[in-house]
Amino acid sequence: MLKTRVSRRKALKLGVAAAALPLVHIRTAGAAGKLSIGFWDHWVPAGNDVMRKQVAAFAEKNKVEVQADFITSVGNKNLLTLAAEAQAKTGHDVQAFPSWEVLNHVNDLEPMDDVMGRLGEKYGAVNRVVEYLAKIKGHWLAVPSSSGTQNKGPCGRISILKDAAGLDVQAMYPARPEHTALADAWTYDAMLKAAEACAKIGKQFGMGLGQTSDSVDAIGSIFAAFGAELVNAKGEITVKSDAVRQVLEYGQRLVKFLPADAVSYDDASNNRALISGQSALIWNPPSAWAVAKRDALQVASDCWTFPPPTGPKGRFVPYLPYFWGMWKFSQNKTAGKELIEFLMQRDNVEARCTVVEGYDLPPFDGMLDFKVWEEVQPPKGTVYNYPLRKHHNSMAHIAALPAPPDVAVQIYNRGTMPTMFAKLQSGQSIPQVVAWAADELEGFTR
Amino acid sequence: MADGTSISANLAAPARAAMAPPSGMRKFMRRRSTIAVLMAMPLILLIAGLVIWPAIYAIWLSMLNKRMTQFVGLGNYAFLLKRNTFQLVIFQSCLFAVTAVILKALLGFIVAHLMHNIPGKNQRIWRGLLLVPWVIPLALSTLSWWWLFDPSYSAFNWILNSLGFQSVPWLGVGWNARFAVIAVNVWFGTPFFMIMYLAALKSVPEQLYEAAAIDGAGPVQKLLHVTLPMMRNIIAITVLFSLIVTFADFDIVRILTAGGPQDMTHLFATYAFSVGIQSGDIPLGASVSLFMLPILAVAAFFVLRGVTRRTQEIAA
Repeated sequence: MLKTRVSRRKALKLGVAAAALPLVHIRTAGAAGKLSIGFWDHWVPAGNDVMRKQVAAFAEKNKVEVQADFITSVGNKNLLTLAAEAQAKTGHDVQAFPSWEVLNHVNDLEPMDDVMGRLGEKYGAVNRVVEYLAKIKGHWLAVPSSSGTQNKGPCGRISILKDAAGLDVQAMYPARPEHTALADAWTYDAMLKAAEACAKIGKQFGMGLGQTSDSVDAIGSIFAAFGAELVNAKGEITVKSDAVRQVLEYGQRLVKFLPADAVSYDDASNNRALISGQSALIWNPPSAWAVAKRDALQVASDCWTFPPPTGPKGRFVPYLPYFWGMWKFSQNKTAGKELIEFLMQRDNVEARCTVVEGYDLPPFDGMLDFKVWEEVQPPKGTVYNYPLRKHHNSMAHIAALPAPPDVAVQIYNRGTMPTMFAKLQSGQSIPQVVAWAADELEGFTR
Repeated sequence: MADGTSISANLAAPARAAMAPPSGMRKFMRRRSTIAVLMAMPLILLIAGLVIWPAIYAIWLSMLNKRMTQFVGLGNYAFLLKRNTFQLVIFQSCLFAVTAVILKALLGFIVAHLMHNIPGKNQRIWRGLLLVPWVIPLALSTLSWWWLFDPSYSAFNWILNSLGFQSVPWLGVGWNARFAVIAVNVWFGTPFFMIMYLAALKSVPEQLYEAAAIDGAGPVQKLLHVTLPMMRNIIAITVLFSLIVTFADFDIVRILTAGGPQDMTHLFATYAFSVGIQSGDIPLGASVSLFMLPILAVAAFFVLRGVTRRTQEIAA
């Protein structure tokens, strides 16, 4: 008689184990209870591995049973998970909240003033974008995380910019704390000239005019540099202003030198334009460079990341932070706060940042001196100027700031600013674009 | 104890029970309809839990204010109707659904006829091949289409360039992008129409064509007076079904254009996602997604009533 080696019970167990593969279940003595946390699934797999190790260390030390899930942002799965958990009032205790999501869930989040107080005391201040997105009515509703937090300044091809546009980006922003005269001359007019020169040789700037975040962040920073606010801090629609007209006039000139299909760019299109060698410059975190390092080393060796140009109102760097927040319905708030605080300790943040080659930016000023940005290559120092440094004279910015957050989130997610440029590219006049934007904004301020 | 009386008493009890008229409850439980309902109960509960409850919840959500703290009745719908972008979404959804369904029905009808005339084994092979677009998961096949239309590496543009033509910004110009999303939907949905129409064609009795031929009917007359009347029910149901599904389409637009350029390809579902999930206004998103519900429900009522009537006429 044949004897089956795998019983049904065993097969069932195997099935359950296989289904649970994306989850990490860290079991310890569990004296301090259970905790579940939903992290952002990092682009770089090693980013998840180091996080797992740190969570395991916390679990071991504090005798907490931790379940860590890594939820992808592909297809907005993380946003869907947040929306579902907020509606169901159950799910993870702690979740990763992309930039605007703290504001979208204000009523469901546990205040984090105590954690932020201790971290701030230890590691210094956070920038204005972090405060704008997570400090609501004087209370911190989430802790800014480094995991996924990024700047999206220009990443250009050293040789093409030098040869075609006479722009020596390495001299302009060297890999050392030095302010240069060339940096002062890096204005939006200079960028326009460079864009024109590069377009002439078929290496157009890969700046998108779509509705995804890369397009919104880059164009949003241009608006800020011209002082062009669509809605002001009081919630008044200010699209019919001189500053907006000025930025649209600039946009009219710029869009001529962007790719014809810039309006259909998504967040991967600009990366591909750079990696394939078609583009002289994109606005992106160093993920494009990191992929080029793997797939097109010659391109990666010719890349340099540096701050955006300056405009009449200053130099604004697109900044997109991630947060860790805890639901009010969490069953283990003490352990949740302890875990967040543990993960935001300098050593842990630096270890994670190093593994992802500097991609993850720490939110606290006192952590902006990690060695990783000096060391990664090729070429050496390529991302030295990726984090905001004092000598850059720049400011972190998120598109639509300073509009009231509930209006700003709609301006951002509906891509109002890049769409205004897209309309210019399609041949619409400035008054037509302004009229369209005014109507849209009226809808956002309901 | 073991005398004849006691034995007969024991035997008589079940006999009396069998003879007595069944109680009300037992009668109820023995009814075929009751058994049918009980057996269908797991499915009914499943539908109630996964369809009816979420639908009612969505309707409730659509009547709340942005922070979900106040009942606003139909306020969200009234607000939406005043917005230019939403008017554009209504136009696009109608354009997308109506154009795509007409093209799918037309192509499906033609292909079904061609298929019907292919003999035996070959027909099975062709039928299988033509069903492939419908069998592949839509998100996956749309991704392949996206690569064909991609701004940087469009395969179509590569071919055009090889032939000496200029590149076409497939997804970068409004009408091009609208054409692209409709084309992909037609590519995906035509096999469904084809297989339904083929089944309908096979059920038309051959004698009707023979009788029509004896009366001197040509191919066009046979099509108009025999085939189409015999297929009316299946055409009505497939068009209705496809219209509902196409109005609710999400994957194609989400993957190909995400609603762009300049909102010119947004449909109800993608716009609802953008407003509800991405911009954090869940009640308004729910209103967008439910907007077509009454219109489609009324259409479904009339179409299905027509089908029932025709079926009854045929039966009579």
